Amino acid sequence: MMKLACPDLSLRSLAVWRRNFLVWRKLAIPSLLGNLADPLIYLFGLGYGLGSLLPQVAGGSYIAFLAAGTVCASTMNAASFEALYSGFSRMHVQRTWEAIMNAPVSLDDVLAGEWLWAASKATLSGAAILLVVALLGLIASPLALWVLPVIFLSGLCFAALGLIATALAPSYDFFMYYFTLFITPMILLCGVFFPAQQLPPAVQAVAAWLPLTHAVALARPLMGGQLPGAIGLHLFALGAVAVLAFAVALALTRRRLLK
Amino acid sequence: MAVLSVDAGVPLRVHALRKSYGQREVVAGLSFALRRGECYGLLGPNGAGKTTTLRCCLGLTAPDEGVIELLGLPVPQRAREARMQVGVVPQFDNLDPDFTVAENLLVYGRYFGLRDAELAPRIPALLEFAGLAGKEKANLRILSGGMKRRLTLARALVNDPQLLILDEPTTGLDPQARHLIWERLKALLTQGKTILLTTHFMDEAERLCQRLAIIDDGHRVAEGEPRELIREHIESQVIEVYGEDAPGWAEREAHVFSRRVEVSGETAFCYVEDAAPLLAHLAAWPALRTLHRPANLEDVFLKLTGRELRD
Repeated sequence: MMKLACPDLSLRSLAVWRRNFLVWRKLAIPSLLGNLADPLIYLFGLGYGLGSLLPQVAGGSYIAFLAAGTVCASTMNAASFEALYSGFSRMHVQRTWEAIMNAPVSLDDVLAGEWLWAASKATLSGAAILLVVALLGLIASPLALWVLPVIFLSGLCFAALGLIATALAPSYDFFMYYFTLFITPMILLCGVFFPAQQLPPAVQAVAAWLPLTHAVALARPLMGGQLPGAIGLHLFALGAVAVLAFAVALALTRRRLLK
Repeated sequence: MAVLSVDAGVPLRVHALRKSYGQREVVAGLSFALRRGECYGLLGPNGAGKTTTLRCCLGLTAPDEGVIELLGLPVPQRAREARMQVGVVPQFDNLDPDFTVAENLLVYGRYFGLRDAELAPRIPALLEFAGLAGKEKANLRILSGGMKRRLTLARALVNDPQLLILDEPTTGLDPQARHLIWERLKALLTQGKTILLTTHFMDEAERLCQRLAIIDDGHRVAEGEPRELIREHIESQVIEVYGEDAPGWAEREAHVFSRRVEVSGETAFCYVEDAAPLLAHLAAWPALRTLHRPANLEDVFLKLTGRELRD
């Protein structure tokens, strides 16, 4: 039975966030460069290569179209990797959470700290790409700065979803399914590489329920210098998934570790 | 550091604790209480319920029944508050491999809400205590098993706790490393700390514990001071008889001299109050080797928990 009890949270979760930040700081430059390399290769390869074959996409150059998708997809990837692989290492392999819980820190604090951290790291990754894209002149207006809160919210959303998988994972191998069955389809269905309108209506209807769709729907207009339509709906969708997924992750992790 | 204590004197009280996993009752009505400043041991074979009991005491798992008071606070309800004054050395190493030796202490101190400025002067003193001075910046990978244990002990002291909970603190260590840990724990007792220790090393318990409880199948089978337990539960002398013929000899002859004989493999353990008649008898059996020694805690433990293997 899963109990969705009220979380036992305190400011100690920030100590957990700081722990992860301190580790990241030691390797910040290689970590950021590593996070940048993969998405930028896709962005330049497809953006210039494929883009030269294409006329305008959604009213602009293909590379500008792809830039917004890449920022969102990288944020999603960074949040997922942190919540899955790094989270699982700290929970299961290194037993770091166990050590922390012997101090006056609750499991809920630990999980909240991990959640905020994964979202923070994802924001750093997304922001780094945003910066590169801006330096290339692919951003239309300062409105693009509003992408930062959008990617933080997306980070919370995908980190929480990732923590659910971590709570259920018997080993690292499990995460392959999560990526193949959930993350990769989202990259293809949610308007990262091409407008989702190109898909059959039934697939579009599914895509509309996927969180990455809402992140892209907010980030792309903002980077193109426009206010997104249906802002409230998209923010609500991301926020609701973030909160609900975190509640589920919390219940599952409690069941796993506090028995 | 001055510690404001609200606790009336009993560092930990456990009453009628029960905890089951599925059909298996791991802790079955266990009760014990620690006195301030003592080292209290929980001894038991693997699977006796020691670690589960400790997890309950720390509020990391909810008991099915029973009452726990940790430093005067009800657990699990106020476990987080109580843990402010507790240090834990877990059974398995869970030091943070992403950090250096000193960073492990700094980061752990933050979990207690301690500020970096408060922690900075404590860290060198803790490392000195743990025999790790000069290793501040060392990577954990280069530390030996004994050093890691000592660092874990230092980490458990970062909040200057009143009570230390140690789950098999010397398992897997070589004799030198074990002796060093024991010596440090004794130093902590002289400082007035209370220690709760689980172990299945009888020499460890005999050396460190003022009082101990032997637990098996989740309940207490004996409690007392180590010497007192030996006096109470077992004959004062043991003669171990080894050799191929030992089991046969024991079956035929031993009961004449010894009220209680236990055979394990090629060894017969003869428990006696007066060793002289048996030793005289054995002089006529040159094929059998003998060892005469006073009874110890291990004899009590084996008598009470049996000789069969626990996995």
